[in-house]
Amino acid sequence: MAKAPVTFTLNGAETALFVDPGAPLIDVLRRGAGDLTPKHGCGQGTCGACTVLIDGVPHLSCLTLAEAVEGRHIDTTGGLAGGPDLHPLQTAFMEGFAAQCGFCTSGMLMAAKALLDATPNPTREQVIEAISGNLCRCTGYEPIVDAILTAAARMQGQGTRGAV
Amino acid sequence: MAEAAQAMGDGARYLGGGTLVMRDVTYGDQSFQRIIRTRQPDRTIGTDAAGLRIGAGATMTDILASRDVEFLHPVARVIGGPAIRNMATVGGNLFAPNPYGDMTTALLALDAGVVMSDGQTQPIEAFLAGRDRVRGLVVAVTVPRVDPGAFRFRKISRIKPKGVSVIAIAVNQRRNDPRVVFGNMGPTALRAKAAELALASGSDPAAVAAVCLEGLSPATDPLSSEWYRREVAPIHLTRLLQDGGAR
Repeated sequence: MAKAPVTFTLNGAETALFVDPGAPLIDVLRRGAGDLTPKHGCGQGTCGACTVLIDGVPHLSCLTLAEAVEGRHIDTTGGLAGGPDLHPLQTAFMEGFAAQCGFCTSGMLMAAKALLDATPNPTREQVIEAISGNLCRCTGYEPIVDAILTAAARMQGQGTRGAV
Repeated sequence: MAEAAQAMGDGARYLGGGTLVMRDVTYGDQSFQRIIRTRQPDRTIGTDAAGLRIGAGATMTDILASRDVEFLHPVARVIGGPAIRNMATVGGNLFAPNPYGDMTTALLALDAGVVMSDGQTQPIEAFLAGRDRVRGLVVAVTVPRVDPGAFRFRKISRIKPKGVSVIAIAVNQRRNDPRVVFGNMGPTALRAKAAELALASGSDPAAVAAVCLEGLSPATDPLSSEWYRREVAPIHLTRLLQDGGAR
């Protein structure tokens, strides 16, 4: 079957690709655009490792039809850092040992970014809710929640917070 | 939607939010060869004299953002994580197999109507009984006027805050014609009609729960055994009737 042209903005860059009909967005991002940061975990919407932001809102790229993102803005962990400067979330994850095997980390970061974009000073409960669709089998979640709260505090210029 | 409905046919599957269809694509489902979608899904939620109309393309996030359907917020809030709620639609939920379909459980308790692309509206109970043979597309769901104080919902899951349902229970405790509905206690959401009769006659919660399993056919699956579901369903219904299921 003929491939379909799709254009979208990926981490601020105009991107145009031909995609297989029915292809999920994660395949197009990883194999087509070469952005390997969204991870293919369960493929059924359970683990959240493939979380990306579409027009600023978390979506699961394994369950998103690639052709449906025509004209939309997609953000992945690949675009979080500004050159050599890590995003505060990445720094807090690194310093707080919020990543162990790392497979869930990019999804966690994007879920956290969506939260902090909408709610710059979240409560612990809001953080837990925001990452409730992202599974981590290593950390026990506490370091991740602490890291997100720390990043939020730093971004607010309030110093560190939490047990990182 | 009219064009999309015309394009449907054998070998076609309609894509709403993608949470069901794209999973099937990834896992190699060969039962369909074409995906039909619309670029303009109906995500509107509004009220009229008869009650509420929810566009089939309304997502769980849309539900949570609407004051018109505040009574459905406790249902939408416990469906998936934020990303799933941004994608999963009310229309798609009508077709969600076990263990999904919590919103459908609630809508059955609210006597919703399912508006099809041919303009016909059918009661949700009849729709669910024949949902595997549906022709055309669902365009909206209608909900008759609701007494928010009479509606109660409880989701029993192993993981909090996110986890799929072991059982879902929705009760519409209106005085004359109550509804008691269970999700994951049969092939689709099902009314517990004996419990409804007991509730209508003024029986206490324990007496209602004692007959709630009549007509239900829970299955054993990786989440739970049939035995466990039969054991705990009356307990959770009793709690729901007693205190709104807060514990």
